[in-house]
Amino acid sequence: MEFVFGHYNYWIVILLMMVGFYTVISRGNLIKKIAGLNMFQTSVFLLYISIGNVKEGTTPIIAEGFKVYSNPLPHVLILTAIVVGVATTALGLALVVRIKEAYGTIEEEEIHEQDKSL
Amino acid sequence: MIDYLINIILLAFLAITAIAILRIRSLLAVIMLFGIFSLLSAGLFVVLDAADVAFTEAAVGAGISTVLMLATLALTRDHEEKPPAHQPWLPLVVVVITGLALVYGTLDIPAFSDPDAPSQLHVAPRYIEHGLEETGVPNLVTAVLASYRGFDTLGEVTVIFTAGIGVLLLLGRTRRRKPKEDEQ
Amino acid sequence: MKHNLILRVVAKLLIPIIVLFALYVQFHGDFGPGGGFQAGVIFSVAFILYALVYGYETAERVMPESVLRVLASLGVLIYAGTGIATLLLGGNFLDYNVLAGTPLAGQHVGILLVELGVGVTVSSVMLLIFFAFVARGNS
Repeated sequence: MEFVFGHYNYWIVILLMMVGFYTVISRGNLIKKIAGLNMFQTSVFLLYISIGNVKEGTTPIIAEGFKVYSNPLPHVLILTAIVVGVATTALGLALVVRIKEAYGTIEEEEIHEQDKSL
Repeated sequence: MIDYLINIILLAFLAITAIAILRIRSLLAVIMLFGIFSLLSAGLFVVLDAADVAFTEAAVGAGISTVLMLATLALTRDHEEKPPAHQPWLPLVVVVITGLALVYGTLDIPAFSDPDAPSQLHVAPRYIEHGLEETGVPNLVTAVLASYRGFDTLGEVTVIFTAGIGVLLLLGRTRRRKPKEDEQ
Repeated sequence: MKHNLILRVVAKLLIPIIVLFALYVQFHGDFGPGGGFQAGVIFSVAFILYALVYGYETAERVMPESVLRVLASLGVLIYAGTGIATLLLGGNFLDYNVLAGTPLAGQHVGILLVELGVGVTVSSVMLLIFFAFVARGNS
């Protein structure tokens, strides 16, 4: 029981990761793929921040009266990762707009059909 | 105790929102649910004592990402996803196998919020003890981001700049050419 | 759009507050949660709200795209320039201890400049991306 309490956080985050992964590989609509990719990224961030959490700790801002702080290092890495994630999402969405203009559709099946019939 | 309860409730809501994003076919609903997903994960970050990260996730995920997706939806004008043509058994098998492998991997991770875990032991105590006196900044995340690991932040700013250039190259102003010209 | 009187009035009230909050987050990133990234995103959100309520042409006149391009490069230049300045003053790259009289004051100056560069670049790039999407839709 102790073990389940100590690890359920990770397991639910893995469930979120797998739902995002499944959205990316099984749905054909490009915008849904990008939403699934973002879900995957956000759940990975949750995993990292869970690893850095300390029991009875507080936010890593030095203040009077607090002795135990959470680990600031994962926070820094995830801050960078979030902003890089939005940069790649913006580029992906720009590509979706161009694909729509070139092929007339954003469904993966129809794009493959048009490519095969060239 | 109340912390655990909030944790469980937020994670349950996150799981429900994720499955809804997977199943719902109207793209506008998917994007709105994605905004809710970002906001819930920002709340979860606050419960996990990560104030800076929650701030950034709420501003960037529920703000900019959702706005850009809505702009893309307005430009592509396809509001419904087509139902998949064949049953996706192979992706389901791949996802289940990957999930089981990851769960097997987490059996070795030390328990959640254990203060003696190896991740809390090497560099982090030095930053926590000497951060204020070496940089003069109480916010340890800013101290590590801007001073101890300033080189990484330079790379990050360059990545954002490159993304801006990339989007400008893809979607820049079309010069005043004649309309109906195809881009070759 | 004639029926958005409530939107226009509320936006006029909110946009200065949003800009003020962005500046607060930028400069108090040392003492509370915050810093360059969050402040840049919030600052760009103020202008995005303006563009959504008042139209793209009006927003383009307020903040022209050429200015945004210069600002985006300027942020990266401030950041890298701080590094080069520390090199010229005798320390390592991005070693803030040499920027002022005492190491602690040098750290303060260095962190302030660096976060300023980050905030400027992030806000202008987010606005550039948004304006690129909207302009494509209008043409």
